[in-house]
Amino acid sequence: MADDKAAGDRIPILKMGEFLLVTIQVEMHDHLVMTLQDELTHSIVKHRARGVLIDISALEIVDSFIGRALGDIASMARILDAETVVVGMRPAVAITLVELGLSLPGVRTALNAERGMALIRQSLGASGRQVGGGSS
Amino acid sequence: MAELNTGLASILRRHETRLLADWMSELTKGGRSGAIDKAELEEQARTFVRLLTEAAQTDALEDVGRSAGGPLREMLATLSASRARQGFTPTETATFVFSFKQPLFALLRETYKQDAEGLARESWVATTLLDKLGLFTVEAFQKSREGVIMRQQRDLLELSTPVVALWEGILALPLIGTLDSERTQVVMESLLDRIVETGASIAIIDITGVPTVDTLVAQHLLKTIGAARLMGAECIISGIRPQIAQTIVHLGVELGDVVTKATLASALVVALERLGASIVHSAPRG
Repeated sequence: MADDKAAGDRIPILKMGEFLLVTIQVEMHDHLVMTLQDELTHSIVKHRARGVLIDISALEIVDSFIGRALGDIASMARILDAETVVVGMRPAVAITLVELGLSLPGVRTALNAERGMALIRQSLGASGRQVGGGSS
Repeated sequence: MAELNTGLASILRRHETRLLADWMSELTKGGRSGAIDKAELEEQARTFVRLLTEAAQTDALEDVGRSAGGPLREMLATLSASRARQGFTPTETATFVFSFKQPLFALLRETYKQDAEGLARESWVATTLLDKLGLFTVEAFQKSREGVIMRQQRDLLELSTPVVALWEGILALPLIGTLDSERTQVVMESLLDRIVETGASIAIIDITGVPTVDTLVAQHLLKTIGAARLMGAECIISGIRPQIAQTIVHLGVELGDVVTKATLASALVVALERLGASIVHSAPRG
């Protein structure tokens, strides 16, 4: 919070039922991605979220750091037992990540937010109904 | 002396018709005279002689060979390009220019019968000039051939990477020819673009037309699959021939958890299953 600029452009994390919605609408830079990592993990624990949807459809440029950080965020969310889907990756971004050797293993992906949400619901419906059912 | 310096120019001007006639008989004598239309050849020869004479009147002759973009050079460039398209060899194309030496030298010999020094000088001027023009012709020929090759390469690249919509949500990518890194790039881009366009969730990469799969090709394939996966589409590899299956295993290529099928048909069935659709044989009609 000491850094006004970093506090100025934060990436919003929206809570929708038992899901968290993260839409990245600005160009990522290193500081921003670290802030997101921190806030998202806290939010998952706080809201006891069952699914996280990260929309990167507005992201046009990635470097190796951002690419790795995205993968890390997804893995962290999974460790916290939240189904994570990265949606809306642009072709250019996908090619860049693959060329960088960052194919985000273990991270689920979908073409758009709608499909991503369906994917999360599907996998939650299969495994976690009775666990999430009591709390809500 | 001044008159002698422009000797070649005046000879060209005075004997234009005769030179042309001699040259034509020389040209038609040559091996592949049948390959090109005689009227067309004569037209080309006439233009060449006319432009050469014109150039000789205005510039110093040495400059003709050097200066770029003169009408003479333009004419030769067009000529080489058309010869290249018609499938002439470089030798045949250059011979068009070089064969002009014979009638020209005969004429020079006649004119300078008494003047050995003048003959030597004018011959030197003429031979340098025609050599330059001949070399320029070959260069232009080469350039237009390279242009043809470049265009074909581009065509091939586009032709060989079609992305076909097989079903709603299923794309097929029939690969034909060897996968190098440049082609992989094109293939990847067109596949990803089509995934965005059609919203497909499954892509079948058919490698029936890929002659060999070595470690490099496999790596390229896996890259494409990885990129498609990042966009939320699953890939199935189909069209694996027996030899290719053997090579893949012998080389120790690791395809990971990619679904592979022997034929495009079985890959389509798998893809349909994933989408919750199925193909049912109805009772045969009639």
